[in-house]
Formats: sequence, C-alpha cells, structure tokens
Amino acid sequence: MSKSIDQVFVNAKHWLLSWLASSPGWLIQVASILINIFMLLAVFLTLFALISVLERKILARMQNRYGPNRVGPFGLFQPIADGIKMLIKEDIVPARADKLVHFVSPVLLAAVAILTLGVIPYGRNMTPFAIDGGILFFFAVGSATELAVFMAGWASNNKFSMLGAMRAIAQMFSYELPLIITVLPVVMVVGSLMPDRIVAAQAEYTFGVVPRWFVFTPWGFTAFILFFVSGLVESNRTPFDVPEGESEIVAGHMTEYSGFKYATFFMAEYLGMFAVSGLAVTLFLGGWHAPARVFEIVPSYVWFFMKLSVLLFVYIWLRATLPRTRVDQMMNVAWKFILPMAFACVIAAAVWHYAGRGLRGWLWSLFVIAIVYTVLSIVLDTRRKFAPRVYRFAE
Amino acid sequence: MSSAAFVIIAIFTLAAALAAGTLRSLMHAALCFALTLVGLAAFFFLLGAEFVGLALVFIYIGAVAVLIVFTILLTQRDVGKDRGFNWAGVLIAFAVFCGLTWSILTTQSISIVAPHIRALTVKRIGDVLMASYVWPLQCVGVLLTAALIGALILVMEEKR
Repeated sequence: MSKSIDQVFVNAKHWLLSWLASSPGWLIQVASILINIFMLLAVFLTLFALISVLERKILARMQNRYGPNRVGPFGLFQPIADGIKMLIKEDIVPARADKLVHFVSPVLLAAVAILTLGVIPYGRNMTPFAIDGGILFFFAVGSATELAVFMAGWASNNKFSMLGAMRAIAQMFSYELPLIITVLPVVMVVGSLMPDRIVAAQAEYTFGVVPRWFVFTPWGFTAFILFFVSGLVESNRTPFDVPEGESEIVAGHMTEYSGFKYATFFMAEYLGMFAVSGLAVTLFLGGWHAPARVFEIVPSYVWFFMKLSVLLFVYIWLRATLPRTRVDQMMNVAWKFILPMAFACVIAAAVWHYAGRGLRGWLWSLFVIAIVYTVLSIVLDTRRKFAPRVYRFAE
Repeated sequence: MSSAAFVIIAIFTLAAALAAGTLRSLMHAALCFALTLVGLAAFFFLLGAEFVGLALVFIYIGAVAVLIVFTILLTQRDVGKDRGFNWAGVLIAFAVFCGLTWSILTTQSISIVAPHIRALTVKRIGDVLMASYVWPLQCVGVLLTAALIGALILVMEEKR
C-alpha cells in the first residue's frame, strides 16, 4: 500500500503514456519529456505562489504584525491578486534601451532556474532529467545566470542598472567557487556526479535510527553550512541582497524593469532559491530518504518537500532576522574564510574515507576541520587590525 | 530522430555564428557567440559526450563569454562608429578556413567508418585523466595556480 502511494506519480505517468503505446518510439519519448516539464512547472510555480504569500506572513509574524490578510481566507489568494496586478501593469521599456536583450534577459534567468530544478531527484524514481553529470549540469546551466544579469544591466542603458549588474556579477562569481568546492567532497565520497547515486549513497541507517546523511559527518556538516551560505548569496537573499538592497539603493540590474518582466526576475530569484535548497537537500540531507527506517511508510516525495520547506523557512527566518552585509565584508568572507574552509572539507572527506568511514574517520575529519577553523580564526582576527575603512578608488 | 536534431542544431549554430560575425553591435556579436557555444554543446550532447558538453557550457558561457562581454564594455571607445569592412580579416578567415578544410580532407581517419559511439561517461574521463594523463593534468594545475596567484598579486593593495 505504502509502496503504491510512493509511486503514485510515476504510475500516473506510465498510465498516461500507455495511451500512446501504439505510436512510434520518439513520440513516447517526447510525451514523457513534456509530462516531466509540465509537472516541474506546475509544482514549482505553485510553490512560488505559496511561498511568496507565506514569506510575507512569516515575516509579518516575526515583526509582530498581521501581514496580507485581505484576499481570500488568511490572505491565501494574495498571489493571484499580485499576479493580476503584475500582468495589467504597464510594461515600460526605456527609449534608448536595447529592446531585444532587455526582453530576453528575464526570460533567460527564469529558464536557467527551471532547468537547474530539473536534475534534482524529488522522490524514488522521480528525477525529471536523470543525466550522468547532473551536478555538473546544475552548475553549468546555473553559470548562465551571470550572463543574464549582465544582459539586464547593459540592455537597460542606465548607469545604475549597469553598476548594479556589476555588483551582482562580482558577488555571484566570488560565491560560485565555494559553492562548487563544497559539493566536491560529496562527489568524491560517492564517486559519481549523478544526483540519484548521491541520494542512494545516503540510504542506510546506523542502528536503524540514525540516517547516514552526509550532514552528520564533520566534513558534511561544515560543507552544508558553507553551501547554504553560498547558496544564500547566489540567490541574492538577505543578508546578502546587496545587488538590489530594496531599502537603500535603486533596484540594481532590475532598475529599468517593470510589470511582468520585474515579476519574472522575482520568480527567477525564488526558483533559484528552490534549486539551491533542493540541491542542498540532495547532497547533504539525504534527498528523499526518511530520517529513520520506521518513517519509510511516508512517501519519499513528502520527505523531500518537507526538508525543502525547512530550508526555505530558514531562508525567510534569516531575512527577518539579519541586517544586510556590506559588499567588502561579503567578499572578504568569501575569499578569506569560506574558500579555505571548503578546501578543508575536501581534505577532511578524504581523511574520513581513508580512515575507514567509521567512528575513527569521523573523529579524524573533525580534527582536520577543527584545526583549519582554529587557524583561520586566529589569522583572520579582525580585532587586532581594526582601522577606518580605506576607499581606494573613490578618493 | 538524431539526424533531425543534428540538422536543427546545425542550422541554429551556423545562424548564431553568422550573426556573431556580421552584427554591427559588438555586444550583440558577443551574445550571439555565446549562443553558438550553446549549439556546440548541444552537438556534444548528441554524440553522448555529456561531460564535454557541460564543461563547454560551464567554462565558455559561464566564464569566457562574461569575460568577453566585460572586455568589450571596458575597452570600447568609439561606440557606434562604423569602422568599414575589414578585407584583411576576411582574407585571414578565408585562409584559416581553407587550411582547416585541406587538413581535414587529407587526414586518413576521415575515411574510416566511425565505431559505435560509447557514451563518454564522467567516470571514464576521470580514469583516463588520473591514469594516463596525470602529468599533463598536474602541469595544467600548477599553471592555473600560478595564474591565480598572479591575478591576486595584480589586484593586491600597495603597501603604504
């Protein structure tokens, strides 16, 4: 019974495809791909609508106010109202803007975010595109984001847009490196770039209770924290939303966008957030596996989306809690702290592997991480060289 | 199906390449160049060489295209000024084309029937890189590290 509930979506797809059983092979292939794409879009656009209202609700709760509560029960229809508002707004394109590039940029951003969502395993046998180098695909496609942001800034033909795009690109480039290097230990330990294999490698339970997720190893835990912070920066979320600090500067590369194009940027940001959180769940939190063997009755996709929503809640929580960081502080942290720690994770994972993946490996890798952390915190101690900030190019 | 995909990708790639070569605006040309690279990556996917295709997208679109675009932005002075048709460039391009065509046509291997394509998995690439080509790999690693350190020294603050 629980198995059929677990596979209900897979079976539904097979049932749909059985209607085409007599048609040529390529048609079935195309239909299968289209069903996957349709499901992906349906699920994540619904989740986007849901999270946009939930975020405002949670932020409001944390700031001791009500939040949206006028449209529908508990303000749940707010996304529909927002969507209609965005759709009927005037679409303003600057007269001297590059019309085509100005249009393509938000579309490219959203497309990239949706493509990266495609390689994540959402449940048992539920990976939309299961390719051999899935993790590489995620980052390869994701790297087009920078080009899209640049296009937005350049095509607007506005100094502020261009400067905002530069800031965004500088930030994304510096954090892409730690993001990829924190993935490396997992890929090394599993020996595969395929997300399904990475999930399968975390399937077992110690004593049937403690799951063997990578987050429970010292290197995995460190890498998870670093990955989460880098993902926070990549998706331009508070406290790292420097590219468009809503309350301080103009909206960065989105300055000259309005109406539905602006909404598309917004959507791309959220989809990117889902993709990074989904990858974090896959890599470190055991993907769709249940936290203990007895809970395997609950379908796998439920577990995946529960873990995803926990991470999304942390995103919102951080947004309500933390102030925005300064650009130079953010860059310093990336290059001086996160990058060396990420390399330490790689070494610790290797130590863990060669010390037998048991308790001994666990302690040795903890030792490596602790040493690197201590050395870094002594070297980077800012209290000793506290001085007024120097502006190199603005004097 | 794969030949139909080949034709579609070929048309797409050639159109993008042509646009990259002929468009007036340098920035549009650079963006079309990125599109050409997407087409090339699609060819690698079609041949079952996923890793190479993904590496192409990763390095060329994620890094090189952005680098080109920034270079154009930071160096361009006479924006919109028509520089005329560059005949020397055409000649050089034609010479390169002739040379490439001649060398492709005269190689022996083109007459050999291609063996059945084995999917080039990441694992096989890793095995080859870490076994037969471990020295070149290490040398490239050292070179890239040196380049990284050089870049860091270039942007380092001067001591006062």
